[in-house]
Amino acid sequence: MADSPLTRAARRSVSLRWDGAVGALLVVVLLLSFGFVDGFGNALNLSFLIGNTLPIALIALPMTLLVVSGEIDLSVASTAGLSGAVMGALWNQGMTIEVIIPVCLLLGVVCGLVNGLLVTRLGLPSLAVTIGTMAAYRGIAQIVLGSDAVTDFPAQYLDFAAGRIDGTFVPYAFLPFLVLLAVAVVALHAMPFGRALFAIGAGEEAARFAGIRVKRQKLILFTVTGLMSSLTGVFWALHYASARYDNAMGLELSVVAAVLLGGIDFDGGKGTLGGAIAGVFLLGALQNVMSLVNVSAQSQIVVTGVLLVVSVLGPRVARQISVARAGRRAGAAPRSKTPAPTP
Amino acid sequence: MTHPSDTGTAPVLALKDVSKSFGAVRALRDVSLELFPGEVHALAGENGAGKSTLIKTLAGVHRPDAGQVLLDGAPVVFHGPGDARDAGIAVIYQEPTLFPDLSIAENIFMGRRPRRTFGRIDHRATYAATADLMLRLGVELDPDRPARGLSIADQQIVEIAKALSFDARVLIMDEPTAALTGSEVARLFGVVRTLREQGAAVLFISHRLEEMFRICRRVTTLRDGARIASEPLEGMTEDDLVRRMVGRDLDELYPKQEVAPGETALSVRRLTREGVFTDVSFDVRRGEIVALSGLVGAGRTEVARAVFGIDRWDAGQVEVDGRPLVNGAPSTAMAAGLALVPEDRRAQGLVMDMSIERNIGLTGLRSSVRAGLVDRGAERSRSLDWAVRLQVKYARIADTVATLSGGNQQKVVLAKWLATGPKVLIVDEPTRGIDVGTKAEVHRLLSQLAADGVAVLMISSDLPEVLGMADRVLVMHEGRLTAEISRTDATEEAVMAAATGRAAA
Repeated sequence: MADSPLTRAARRSVSLRWDGAVGALLVVVLLLSFGFVDGFGNALNLSFLIGNTLPIALIALPMTLLVVSGEIDLSVASTAGLSGAVMGALWNQGMTIEVIIPVCLLLGVVCGLVNGLLVTRLGLPSLAVTIGTMAAYRGIAQIVLGSDAVTDFPAQYLDFAAGRIDGTFVPYAFLPFLVLLAVAVVALHAMPFGRALFAIGAGEEAARFAGIRVKRQKLILFTVTGLMSSLTGVFWALHYASARYDNAMGLELSVVAAVLLGGIDFDGGKGTLGGAIAGVFLLGALQNVMSLVNVSAQSQIVVTGVLLVVSVLGPRVARQISVARAGRRAGAAPRSKTPAPTP
Repeated sequence: MTHPSDTGTAPVLALKDVSKSFGAVRALRDVSLELFPGEVHALAGENGAGKSTLIKTLAGVHRPDAGQVLLDGAPVVFHGPGDARDAGIAVIYQEPTLFPDLSIAENIFMGRRPRRTFGRIDHRATYAATADLMLRLGVELDPDRPARGLSIADQQIVEIAKALSFDARVLIMDEPTAALTGSEVARLFGVVRTLREQGAAVLFISHRLEEMFRICRRVTTLRDGARIASEPLEGMTEDDLVRRMVGRDLDELYPKQEVAPGETALSVRRLTREGVFTDVSFDVRRGEIVALSGLVGAGRTEVARAVFGIDRWDAGQVEVDGRPLVNGAPSTAMAAGLALVPEDRRAQGLVMDMSIERNIGLTGLRSSVRAGLVDRGAERSRSLDWAVRLQVKYARIADTVATLSGGNQQKVVLAKWLATGPKVLIVDEPTRGIDVGTKAEVHRLLSQLAADGVAVLMISSDLPEVLGMADRVLVMHEGRLTAEISRTDATEEAVMAAATGRAAA
């Protein structure tokens, strides 16, 4: 849609301020929680907070890139669940964990590739495709493992996934996450690949006319998202020492809510990974605090859903307000919605 | 033959001192216009002179910033196209938009068909009313025929019939003849004369000057958003009209340098995309500007898209400097030295929400790279360099391109592609919708590029531009290359004849 230059300028400043605002809000929520929520500040709870947020954070990395490019993947939680289920089933078959994990990751690649091919080759909308595969992958997970729960994975793996660095509250698993975060930041904000994603999200046709291989880039993104989802599924099963078909159920809601909360524009083309990660840990902290003050799991889902709507709505409302202000400052009448003339 | 304004008749529709701006662009400045019943009135002006804005103001799409629209002498405010239609004003566009699966009668009475008891649609009444309209227009078209497959000329007739069914007293025809053949034009003019005799006022827009002289009594000329004159056509020559439209010497607008062409840079051989264009072959040599002309929809843009790799071709070959290009791969075409300045600046040429710097940088994402990362310093200096060279007028290089005027946006698109150092530059409608001053700058630039040894392929619907800039003119008609005309033989008549399929040779 053609907006007036004023709207665009306003949107730009809003998106910049939104990142910062979410970061500031995260700091405020953490400080308030330290001060006023019983049991928040002890090392055990902080390690729970980080450990429980890591699955959201891991998937948020590729999801941020995907949403910047104007696409979305809602099948991520099902892919994670499927990897966990396959992991459990193969373990029951007696395979060694060193073989099982690569197999699960490969399965994630296949899941992502299927999404990517359906979107790029057949030109289907990713929202519809991944709602479909969300159901399909979860269904396969149930077929594979039934209602079993596999818990007897090797101790050193369980210890790594649930343990903390000696003398700190930081889980071991946080370190590899930091490496992946650095890779994602560089890929999105410093490499030609990521720069092109912003162009694809903001103007796909113009990106294509500039020689950017739009379909190839999207296919790579969906595949990486599948890989990261299965990695998360493996982590989940080890972290909670339980492989079930319904692992990570509903996690896609948290991931999407966190990413949008972090200022990634649902329409694509805008946002920063820093903002997205701030959104992830803000959501994680809120969920943690809600558990501490005995808010039920169901009510937490309600809160997450509301946050999602607010984070889509918030930037738009802020934009409207700043457009109106800019309009008043310019002393002009309300802007017409008509696009610029093309005589 | 007395002039309507002499007979004491009042104008049915008029604009009085109307101004309209879009951001910094003043599309109309104090323009006045009077349309009398029983008059066919020509609206002349170059692309970007403000004709479209004027039409849209009359049609209720735009509301004037200042000035008035007068209906039967009384000021009115149209809140939308619906208001204008209810006031008896109808616009016939160059390419009508009918529902292809509905019949002619259903299209005309869309949403307001005669009803019988219990709200059932009265098919017979619809048919009869349509047949009656066709009779009034003196045209034979079966009301039951589906709109699909109707020629553009027939579709326009349907639109006119629809306008009559709304009791339209003012018909605005926006370049209705652009896509018509000679006999279709004659039939359309017959209809227009009928309407005139029935007392309608017609505002007629055309790029073909001789048509204005054939059918119009008076002409209003616009230039840069201002009215230059409203006067009778009788006694004027085409040259008089062009002088009013352009307002300057044509040589200045088309600064063509004579260049001795070098080796073949772009070679297109028997290129075919099924159902779109067929067996297209041509060469462009270094230092040459070759125009690809033809009517809208003749396949010119489609050929350019296929050559650059946006669409795949089904048969044929494209070579740049003797090396064949990969089918359907813009990135390899770019690497081979090809650049395409596309037709739709806003959707295809630019990412409107991105900065000037990043837009120019988009074509250099692979070249301004150090250790796998984008070299921001190199990107910025490359963008600044080209923005300055093309004299883009901007406040900050980090501003979004959406803040620029159309002409400056087009310069950013050109900058983006010239920064790649192309051997072959394809420009599709390079000056559409930009002001005359920038237009001259773009022409000077194309001319200079050719002098520097770039092979330029220029697609343009602007005939004076084609004649003023091209060393050779290739003409397409219905997906085929129908003529190649040298600069010395190129006239409006010759190009139009080939474009409409009337080529003698």
